[in-house]
Amino acid sequence: MKIPLISVVLVVLLVVGVVLLVASCYIVDETKQVVITQFGRPTGEAITTPGLKLRVPFIQKVNEFDRRFLEWDGDPNQVPTRDKRFIHVDTYARWRITDPLKYFQRLRSETVAQSRLDDILDGETRNVVANHDLIEVVRSSNRPFTTTEEVSEDEAETIEAIEFGRSKLADKVLTAAQVRTSDLGIEILDFRFKRINYVSEVREEVYQRMISERNRIAERFRSEGAGEAARIEGEKDRELKQVTSEAYRSAQEIKGKADAEAADVYAAAYEGDPEFYRFQRTMEIFRETIDEGTVLVLSTDGDFLRFLGTSAPRPTTTER
Amino acid sequence: MNSRGVLDGNFGQLRPSQIPVAPVAVGILLLIVALMFWTCVFTVNPEEVGVVQVFGAYSHSADPGLCFKAPWPIATVTKVPIQQQLKEEFGFVTDQPRVRSVYGRGDGKGESLMLTGDLNVAVVEWITQFRVNDPYKSLFRLRNLRDTFRDMNEAVMREVVGDRSVNEVLTIGRQEIASEVELRLQKLCDQYDTGLKVEQIVLQDVNPPDKVKPAFNQVNQAQQIKERMINEALADYNKSVPRAQGEAKQTILQAEGYATDRVNRAQGDAALFQEILAAYKRSPEVTRQRIYLETMNLIYPQVRNKIVLDKELKGVLPLLPLGTGVKP
Repeated sequence: MKIPLISVVLVVLLVVGVVLLVASCYIVDETKQVVITQFGRPTGEAITTPGLKLRVPFIQKVNEFDRRFLEWDGDPNQVPTRDKRFIHVDTYARWRITDPLKYFQRLRSETVAQSRLDDILDGETRNVVANHDLIEVVRSSNRPFTTTEEVSEDEAETIEAIEFGRSKLADKVLTAAQVRTSDLGIEILDFRFKRINYVSEVREEVYQRMISERNRIAERFRSEGAGEAARIEGEKDRELKQVTSEAYRSAQEIKGKADAEAADVYAAAYEGDPEFYRFQRTMEIFRETIDEGTVLVLSTDGDFLRFLGTSAPRPTTTER
Repeated sequence: MNSRGVLDGNFGQLRPSQIPVAPVAVGILLLIVALMFWTCVFTVNPEEVGVVQVFGAYSHSADPGLCFKAPWPIATVTKVPIQQQLKEEFGFVTDQPRVRSVYGRGDGKGESLMLTGDLNVAVVEWITQFRVNDPYKSLFRLRNLRDTFRDMNEAVMREVVGDRSVNEVLTIGRQEIASEVELRLQKLCDQYDTGLKVEQIVLQDVNPPDKVKPAFNQVNQAQQIKERMINEALADYNKSVPRAQGEAKQTILQAEGYATDRVNRAQGDAALFQEILAAYKRSPEVTRQRIYLETMNLIYPQVRNKIVLDKELKGVLPLLPLGTGVKP
């Protein structure tokens, strides 16, 4: 039994040794930083470099904290803006533990830290949003909207210019919060508005407004269509009148010229002997106009019937 | 390799005292050694990089292939897929996720509903494609990288959309929004040390809210109606104006025809008269008599009622039948 006893002792010693070794070593992960506490009180500086570290076993306790950027997600808050519009504001922030010792003393755990951040950031968000118009939270610059054919400039909603804008307001919250968290061993790196939405009742109203805005545009299109059609119609009428009247004018001119020419031609010809023309033309007209139904009451005084009374030649016209 | 030597030493000390236990101990020790050796070897896939930590501290990044490290409790490895394109969807969820397709807290509309710069509301859905380009940063600089990244996406998208009118967001501004978001998101990624590279923002459906949609459609419809009315008016114009132009030409041509006719006839008549006149001039008296008599000859047989009065007679008028004209 002697030999086993020695080996038992050896084994026990070995086990104790290993346990001591393990207990006095600890690993600081790349993502962690550590505060060593002795009976609950922090000793020495915080350890912020990763690797294998030593401590006094059993007496010193390792308190790990994250060394990375940590998230903070705000509660979607219903906040009225200065122009009395109720909106949901959802925010987020990034923060990290810059002074683990202070952090450990003031906050102890992340749950506490998160709730402190809730108080501070939600409060500041409220303050800032309530002190500004909605447009300041929505827009980030005074960039003019590009207009399209569809919506002409005068129709686009006229939006008042902003003074600060989204990111400046976020910066305001951040600065105010940074002041209030400076002695907590944490640093807020960034704060942003994630979502901004109308509360449901307001949203309904906004929808109604959007609908009426669209209707306005639609009506404009319809009336533009009708107006344009009327214009084309008018143009058509004008064109028609112009075309027909021009044609009429030209036709009359042509006819007039022809009539004049004809008259000249006739005149030139008949000028030769107007008296004979009259005689010859009269004879022609007799032939054309006197027909079966005509009743002729003739005097024997006439040239032709004269011979009914006498055969003597008539005295010449010049003598009469 | 070191640890194996130490264990061998222990094994040597134990052997003489505990012979019956020896095979068991040997077995256990060998198993431990084998396991530790097993943890010394790891493979890195082509699209990955292996980040090795020794005692928690970052040691190095291992390239694809078979790699060695110190055994388990000492060194650990995390593989990061740096070549793989990852994506996040906002406002919708892909039904059939592809390889490593991740989707989010996807609280439906809330994610995609946003205010535009003219205080209207638009529903914007998008996909962000990204890659890990710095595995160290992606692992060690931020906790909850994915949630953070989603928050960043939402914040940036809203910031950009918040600076545009609803019209821009819905129509012409899409491309601009995508590239602007990409730019700002990358800047934010760098600022936050995420180690992520934003590859592309792909805007999916960008719509007005459901309730407003009919009104938007109405605008399109009105636009169509406008086009139609204009087209119809133009059709009407085209129907009558060219025709009227043709008819105008016709009128002018007809007038020209009339003119030609008139002039030709005049010239014909004139020529005829001149011929007759010429003949008449040669023997005026006879020709005149001839024309007169020929005419009489033609007229008299046609007329049925002929009343011949002697030139001495007076007061015949009461005897004549009514309704007939008297011509000498």
